[in-house]
Amino acid sequence: MQTRQITDHEVSARVPVIEARDLRKTFESINAVDGVQFAVQKGEVFGFLGPNGAGKTTTMRMIECVSPRTSGTLLVFGNDPDIAPAKIKQQIGVVPQETNLDPDFTCFGNLVTYARYFDIPPAEAKKRAADLLAFVQLEEKRDVLIDKLSGGMKRRLILARALVNNPSLLILDEPTIGLDPQARHLIWERLKILQAQGNTIVLTTHYLDEAARLCDRLVIMDNGKILVEGTPADLVQRYVGSEIVEVEKSDRVLACLADMKVSYEIAGDMVQIATESARDIARALLDNCQPGKVITRPATLEDVFLKLTGRTLRE
Amino acid sequence: MQHLWAVPHISRRAWKVWQRNLEVFVKTWKVNFFPPFIEALLYLFAIGLGIGTYIGGIGGIPYIQFIAPAILAISIMNSAFFECTYGSYVRMYYQKSFDAIIATPLTIEDVIAGELLWGATRSVISVTMMIPVFAGFGVISLPLSLLVIPLAFLGGMLFAGIAMCFTAITPSIDTLNYPSFLLITPMMLFAGTFFPLTLLPVFLQYGALAVLPLTHLVIIARMFTLATLSWTIFFSLAWILVVTALFCVISINLMRRRLIA
Repeated sequence: MQTRQITDHEVSARVPVIEARDLRKTFESINAVDGVQFAVQKGEVFGFLGPNGAGKTTTMRMIECVSPRTSGTLLVFGNDPDIAPAKIKQQIGVVPQETNLDPDFTCFGNLVTYARYFDIPPAEAKKRAADLLAFVQLEEKRDVLIDKLSGGMKRRLILARALVNNPSLLILDEPTIGLDPQARHLIWERLKILQAQGNTIVLTTHYLDEAARLCDRLVIMDNGKILVEGTPADLVQRYVGSEIVEVEKSDRVLACLADMKVSYEIAGDMVQIATESARDIARALLDNCQPGKVITRPATLEDVFLKLTGRTLRE
Repeated sequence: MQHLWAVPHISRRAWKVWQRNLEVFVKTWKVNFFPPFIEALLYLFAIGLGIGTYIGGIGGIPYIQFIAPAILAISIMNSAFFECTYGSYVRMYYQKSFDAIIATPLTIEDVIAGELLWGATRSVISVTMMIPVFAGFGVISLPLSLLVIPLAFLGGMLFAGIAMCFTAITPSIDTLNYPSFLLITPMMLFAGTFFPLTLLPVFLQYGALAVLPLTHLVIIARMFTLATLSWTIFFSLAWILVVTALFCVISINLMRRRLIA
């Protein structure tokens, strides 16, 4: 029988970038992360969605090796964060939820100082800092202190900072929070470029259009557990269907829908009907029920999200 | 939960935090380097031309020479203490710098160790600025007084460690005022600084030697600046070494407890 040596390259192609099994994090008596399982493959953009307090950020912090897990298995690049944190952290770039740029330095200074924490030699650090400022279109802000930047500029600089060590894994916790559409599009575009270069990206977001646009695969979390996992299109098809009819709520409309034996959901002063054929439902409503406003639209990830996690406010 | 006295693992990367703080300090050197220099001059004029003229001297030593080492010791204490209380707290809480740094290969232990080393360095910088002024006016003896510079590093680590313990447990920046006026100000006045310890009741003398860290720093500094070495220096050095190690270790573990949930 012939045996063949397995090369390192083949091994690394098979080992997921992140692998979690029965991962748990308990703060005092609260199960912030309550036994989750997922695997992120090389080159993927993987999203974590969920309401506030779902456990997304806690999961990110465990992957980033800054918060030790309570129990379960967690491997990043095949390494255990409890055993080899420095080795893992050397290869990841982090965009935290909270802006924590160093206000004592300029944009350029922030990048160079941060590069030093990764043992990057000064000459190389300066070169990368210049390249990255160009990448996030902040060249003209090179020598400006952090306080003088707008919110969008700060997020872009944080993205640049997260790339200073050429990470193989990029972790973004709500990367476009509070940004105007221009800045969001710029960040999305940059993330697409990074993905095309073979980077693995893990992100959390509250913007479901952002998740649908960027993620190859995603999970929806709530109360520390993963509810569903899949591609954005699959999840929409599986949990909602292809189209949505929204119609203004009235007794007549509700009676009509009951007669038509279609299931619906009430959202404020609108009634939503998930269906395979919005046109048929809309026509039936218009013909028979004297509805107010009627809207038909494709189903989105937001419909999945609200269906799975409910409409009750969190926190 | 790690014990408070467990010896933390610290890597050479701690110096990168020190280097960051040094760079910021050097950038604003004009506001940073001169205060100790001016402070030394102010004391010289106030004590030398003012109070000193009413006081004949202590044990045959001119009053200004008696207090010069105390001024150096107080400067060592203040530089490290305030750097590692207010300075570190601002970096930790308001600037979130520690959070940013621990996402890199540095650990929280490295970060706090770097902060402590930087606090001690502030003490060294202060006395290095003050010694030429005192030497110029001939109130300290050379070359033995130059030993106050390495002493400043040790004493700086001592007060950096004490300060960092308070920073690790303080609920807000305002409550850092308590250790500064309940601990630092009394020490500045009663640790054998402006009058000899022997003027205090005996039990307070022992109390000061037992629990006031500044007392030992003043004793050693005075031996150097007056060139009056005695074997008791080893007792004071040993006291400082043990207490420094204790507070530095505890402060790192307390900070870990505060920041790593």
